[in-house]
Amino acid sequence: MSEEPLFDPSLKKRKSKKVAFSEDPLGADADPTSPSPAIIEDTTTSGDAVDMGPKTVHEQMKQNGVGEEEGEKKEDEDFKAMFGDLKKKKKKKDIPLDLGDEGSGTSTPTTAPAATEDLDFSDLKKKKKSSKKKAAFDMEAFEKEINESKAKEADDEEVPEGPVEEVDEAELGEDPFAQSGPVGLDSGNEPWLKSDRDYTYQELLHRFYAQLHAANPALLTSAGKRYTIAPPQILREGNKKTIFANIAEICKRMHRQPEHVIQYMFAEMGTTGSVDGSGRLVIKGRFQQKQIEHVLRRYITEYVTCKTCKSPDTLLTKENRIFFMSCESCGSRRSVNAIKTGFQAQVGKRSKNKTG
Amino acid sequence: MNVQNLNAFDPFADEGDPLDNAQDVGSQQNYIHVRIQQRNGRKTLTTLQGLPKEYDAKKLLKAFKKEFACNGTLVDDEEAGQVIQLQGDQRQKISAFLVEEGIPKTTIKIHGF
Repeated sequence: MSEEPLFDPSLKKRKSKKVAFSEDPLGADADPTSPSPAIIEDTTTSGDAVDMGPKTVHEQMKQNGVGEEEGEKKEDEDFKAMFGDLKKKKKKKDIPLDLGDEGSGTSTPTTAPAATEDLDFSDLKKKKKSSKKKAAFDMEAFEKEINESKAKEADDEEVPEGPVEEVDEAELGEDPFAQSGPVGLDSGNEPWLKSDRDYTYQELLHRFYAQLHAANPALLTSAGKRYTIAPPQILREGNKKTIFANIAEICKRMHRQPEHVIQYMFAEMGTTGSVDGSGRLVIKGRFQQKQIEHVLRRYITEYVTCKTCKSPDTLLTKENRIFFMSCESCGSRRSVNAIKTGFQAQVGKRSKNKTG
Repeated sequence: MNVQNLNAFDPFADEGDPLDNAQDVGSQQNYIHVRIQQRNGRKTLTTLQGLPKEYDAKKLLKAFKKEFACNGTLVDDEEAGQVIQLQGDQRQKISAFLVEEGIPKTTIKIHGF
């Protein structure tokens, strides 16, 4: 079984996969031996979601903006975005580290309000405008009721805002968070503005983002830039070694020292290897592209993406024997875990005790 | 003239490397590491390192062996302490087992490809 791929009992099941890095807090227990999911989560294999920082409403908006707006077309768009320049080999050509556009299908319930809101502010914007006045009137009509009891907030959601809003209404109906605030309303129209009660944080937050996006429509659209790196090119050298050909290119793309990446990979995979004359990495053991990719993803989430703003635009510097990662876009700075090789069991013959 | 407050601590003194003897800076000590290692062919080895002291590694190993239907041993390592070795890729099963036994999932770190 020379060329037989190893450690992958599920290889037959491999589907045409879209490799997109998405910061997905769910879908944790990614079993590396199972077919890699269409969207690779931002979790370690242990299932603990790598803390990529809190999800802001802004991000929710962005993600849902892309996710829900485009709906069916999403796949195609993704493909275009991912493989725009590489039309020939569509599959597995890029590993986009998808920072903004998260798998909307798996979004947590908290994103639901944002979703509807997003629909309002992005693609339905024009239609919404027409219905807005109408809505405002209705709001005024309901004003008294709202002042009477907050429980009536639910009614706000059901205010017929015009026929164009039907889609939204349907979604709001299912929305468990519909009561949490008048999410479907644009800034300035919130019924609670005129009421005497204390505004909730959610309401104010939505109002803020509504106004933010109203003032800067580019925020939602320009956010689609993805972090893509070329997929690792894996060759087999002989029977027991794997060559990772484009590691230099990938390291360059990630702005990391190849030594650091290599150290991490060896520690994670529990193996050793060397760099050959042409800068390729020779790894002992048989590994598949998918497996290498998985390790790289974990490296990226741990050492490349900023935990605060998720930007991959970070620098890794070493001070006092500790690596610090400073973000270029948000300026945050944090220490990262030292790469540590753990216990290495004795495999193979004891006489050639090289791998330990 | 003796102001105790002032001579107690010289803020400008050279402290040396503040992280000199801080072993646990950036360390992974509190984690239970579950690793995988390739053997020959498609065989693998799973190692579990960093089990908290309150768990009896021997008993745990016995439970693992029974539960996962695999063999395994307990290895003493001077750095890592007692390490449980199991045959095959048991990482997800170990994680599930330990979580079920009440070990918080955040302390379990699964390595490997």
